[in-house]
Amino acid sequence: MITCVYFAWVREGIGCESETIAPPADCTSLADIIHWLKGQSPGHHRVLADPSALRFAINLDHATLESPIREGDELAIFPPITGG
Amino acid sequence: MAPSIVRLQSEAFNIADELSALRTACRSSPEKDGEKSSGIGALLSFTGLVRDLDHGTPLKSLYLEHYPAMTERQIKAIANDAITRFSLAGCTIIHRHGRLLPDDEIVLVITAARHRKAAFAAADFIMDWLKTKAPFWKKEDLGQEQHWVAQKDSDLEAARSWETPVHQPNKPRSEQ
Repeated sequence: MITCVYFAWVREGIGCESETIAPPADCTSLADIIHWLKGQSPGHHRVLADPSALRFAINLDHATLESPIREGDELAIFPPITGG
Repeated sequence: MAPSIVRLQSEAFNIADELSALRTACRSSPEKDGEKSSGIGALLSFTGLVRDLDHGTPLKSLYLEHYPAMTERQIKAIANDAITRFSLAGCTIIHRHGRLLPDDEIVLVITAARHRKAAFAAADFIMDWLKTKAPFWKKEDLGQEQHWVAQKDSDLEAARSWETPVHQPNKPRSEQ
């Protein structure tokens, strides 16, 4: 199981703040997970359509599409940061 | 490591209180080894405010969303990085979240150093990093419409300019 947390327009588009997912075992990278997540609902598909417009974190550290992801990880998906 | 005070909060902060809190923390830092003086020659504070206009349209309010555990961790890392790079005696970073109104104070950065240039450069560095590394997202309420603010290329470039290992106190200042 992987916990997904969403922020800003990603949260609004998917329609929830977080969810627990159980992707197939061959989803080993962040890119694999995003591809699989796209198929979960029209909202997921719309928001995740262009991963280059998104930013990711695994277990609270910034991550890229090549980053490996494991059982028990917390995956955060969000737009580029606009703090300060 | 010199002291860093990092807080995420919805309520307002008091700048004078935070200036004295950091001075006290610097004075009682274990590195001072019992000395009475803090060794600080420069104490600088930067306050970011909510602007009242978005490209000419009056702003009703600003909503700041964050990712509590990650935001705190990233800001602590930014504070420690600034302390190391600029040999600071200490620094404070307080960032607000939730709903804010025009003119509200949104972020406070205080840097304490032996000399002025390091304090200025470190505050500039911290602000540039906060804008691209600390997970915050701003949503503007303009009355007729609400929209999530897009990341600015100028903010990304400003943050990238610090990626050279050499510390450059005289680099051009980025737009706040």
